Amino acid sequence: MDHSALDKLPKGWKSVPNDLGSDQTAFKGVNWGKAMMWIFLLSDTFIFSCFLISYMKGRASAVEGWPNPSEVFALEVGGVPVPLLLIAIMTFVLITSSGTMALAVKYGYEKNKKLCGYLILATALGGLTFVGMQAFEWSKLIHEGVRPWENPFGAKQFGSFFFMITGFHGTHVSIGVIFLFIFARKVLRGDFDTGKRGYFTSMKSDYVAIEILGLYWHFVDLVWVFIFAFFYLW
Amino acid sequence: MNETRKEQTATHKIGIYLWIWGLLFVLSFFSYMVDWLQFQGLLRWTLILTFMFLKAGLIMMFFMHLFWERYTLVNVLLWPMTAIACFIGLMVAEGKYTFFTRLFYFVVGS
Repeated sequence: MDHSALDKLPKGWKSVPNDLGSDQTAFKGVNWGKAMMWIFLLSDTFIFSCFLISYMKGRASAVEGWPNPSEVFALEVGGVPVPLLLIAIMTFVLITSSGTMALAVKYGYEKNKKLCGYLILATALGGLTFVGMQAFEWSKLIHEGVRPWENPFGAKQFGSFFFMITGFHGTHVSIGVIFLFIFARKVLRGDFDTGKRGYFTSMKSDYVAIEILGLYWHFVDLVWVFIFAFFYLW
Repeated sequence: MNETRKEQTATHKIGIYLWIWGLLFVLSFFSYMVDWLQFQGLLRWTLILTFMFLKAGLIMMFFMHLFWERYTLVNVLLWPMTAIACFIGLMVAEGKYTFFTRLFYFVVGS
């Protein structure tokens, strides 16, 4: 559906019964891949919600004191412990990569192949940095004796929630980084300009693929916002 | 593949992305300050939730383009969140009950 046809349709709340009752495509003007990515992200939201809710329930019903994340995740800088330093840097790295991704989507739609490709590469590097710092954080905590079944700081449930939640998020970041590298190559090679068919799908694609990839990457950042608030700050 | 050619490809000015980007940095800095300044109790929780929802809202509205999407897609995505809200409410009650029974039987014995 092109721009002019979309403009003729009702706007605002009136558009909901109109679009749903149109006996055609419900998500008008939305690429099918983008709609499917949104549905996937919705299901992913439920998975992460289940993890965070079980963490809330586990923490609320723990009889021993919950480890103070401000101290557990502190880093020593020159002999002085700085609370949550690594986590703060990780947060800023992920937001930076989210910003470069948003710009990559914009320049993709403007068919600026080079800028789009390099911005995706920058995003991938930000994601790699994030995963690297998470690996450092995990090994530090494992070294200090944090296990899924026990830890030296307090309530035993802490370890299992920490590894499960941050591990699942880290997996998402890692998968995202792999796809960012793949799509950076596709963009810089000019696949979306020449209409080269994809290796797995045998289908021609478009710069809308970059927006779909961007949706996934922003979602990873979005989940981190919630993990940062509930796990590290609460 | 005519389908993909016809999609709406409106691009937005770079300024809006840079603004949102900057705001996200500032909000993240504020939420870090909540811990740095060691705010406690109700003030801490209110600030954490405020900054969290502001950040999440900005990312979804502008970086994920929901602000410019038609309402049908937005509604399909946001209504299921009420189910999650109900689940949170249920588990808050359940958590309190588990905590109470644990304390009760640790003190009284089984």
